[in-house]
Amino acid sequence: MVGIVNYGAGNIFSLTSALSRIGITYGMINAAEEFDQYSHIIIPGVGHAGAAMEKLQQTGLVDTIKALKKPVLGICVGMQLLTAHSEEGDARMMDIFPLQTKLFDKALNIKIPHMGWNNIALKNNSLFEGVENQTQFYFVHSYFIEYNAIFDIATVDYGLQYSAAIQKDNFYGVQFHPEKSGAAGERLLMNFSNLK
Amino acid sequence: MLSKRIIPCLDVKDGRTVKGVNFVDLKDAGDPVELAWQYAQQGADELVFLDITATHERRKTMIEMVKSVARQLNIPFTIGGGITEIADAEALLNAGADKISINSAAVKNPQLIADLAKVFGVQFVVVAVDTKLVAGRNMVHLNGGRLITEIQTEDWIKRAEDLGAGEILLTSMDHDGTKQGFDCKLLNSISSMINIPVIASGGAGKTAHFTEVFTTTGVDAALAASVFHFGEIPIPHLKNELKKHNIPVRL
Repeated sequence: MVGIVNYGAGNIFSLTSALSRIGITYGMINAAEEFDQYSHIIIPGVGHAGAAMEKLQQTGLVDTIKALKKPVLGICVGMQLLTAHSEEGDARMMDIFPLQTKLFDKALNIKIPHMGWNNIALKNNSLFEGVENQTQFYFVHSYFIEYNAIFDIATVDYGLQYSAAIQKDNFYGVQFHPEKSGAAGERLLMNFSNLK
Repeated sequence: MLSKRIIPCLDVKDGRTVKGVNFVDLKDAGDPVELAWQYAQQGADELVFLDITATHERRKTMIEMVKSVARQLNIPFTIGGGITEIADAEALLNAGADKISINSAAVKNPQLIADLAKVFGVQFVVVAVDTKLVAGRNMVHLNGGRLITEIQTEDWIKRAEDLGAGEILLTSMDHDGTKQGFDCKLLNSISSMINIPVIASGGAGKTAHFTEVFTTTGVDAALAASVFHFGEIPIPHLKNELKKHNIPVRL
């Protein structure tokens, strides 16, 4: 069963709907002892990364999350929370990945936010099992996670190359929204729920 | 590469879709959930629901519809119509809407754009603008083009971006309903003037119009209603045509 970290950062109805559609049971995590009830953990998030981190800290769950050994998936801002620092609000994040979350540079001649379907270059990873290379996923964001070959498991090109997905041990993050990315997104959520 | 988006727009009244729709396999053409699902299956990249309900019960009915759509739909969707305050937007967000679209309410109260962007993020706020050419100037219109304002379209869009709009949905009232093609000249000048995505709307009649708007302007998406609802342009066919012209699309 998937546990969703409930720290009040944005709407999670779309995520829970997607899980229901593919038959994955889930519950909400409000306290540290509740992590034990779940095999897989999702950290959702939309909106402002700095504000989201503040809310997450207020729940007192950060240390427990960092110590988790079961599969954890951060989605969008939930992924950015896994990094060391975000330029959004100049805020310290959980520092699970030694990576920076940066603001897109207008000088790259791109529109911000990066909004819409973009194809991703996949590395061989169980999270993307059954998903074809260059499949398109739905992105909506103004801040991105810098590319780092050690942690990158999928790359996207928008003005520059950066990470669409990252992994470090049991921690995974995706910048796009699998719950809004059609059949491929549902497959990814299914793959995550099957990770050992 | 970021794909150009194809967006069918559905009018909703009292929780039911209106305007004729003739998909072959549709059991209930008035059911927004079934219709939305069909569009997603066809390859629509996103959907816009425009609430034209006039009654006081509108919000409650709309929330129920949005929830039903969000449960079934695996692509993003926007809700427009009747959003005048933060509480309206929050209820829609919690029901699963990805974005909300505001039009007259923003013109009457521009601060609404900034307030919504601050609370929910710019990605949530689409500002819809209806424009019409009057004596050589593009002027913002309200009430579906019936009411002229004193605001020039270019000025308003620039201001909306500065206030925190995440996207502009620009409908040319001169082109809307004509099926003679999008207003490419205006769309290109607007798109190059701002740094947020632009959705082209008004005038789609055939596949070539979509090719034209994507090859001659910098818009990010194209929206249409009747050509999709009446099956005049099947979305898979449209996307294949766009691809032939090297326009990036999601197939």
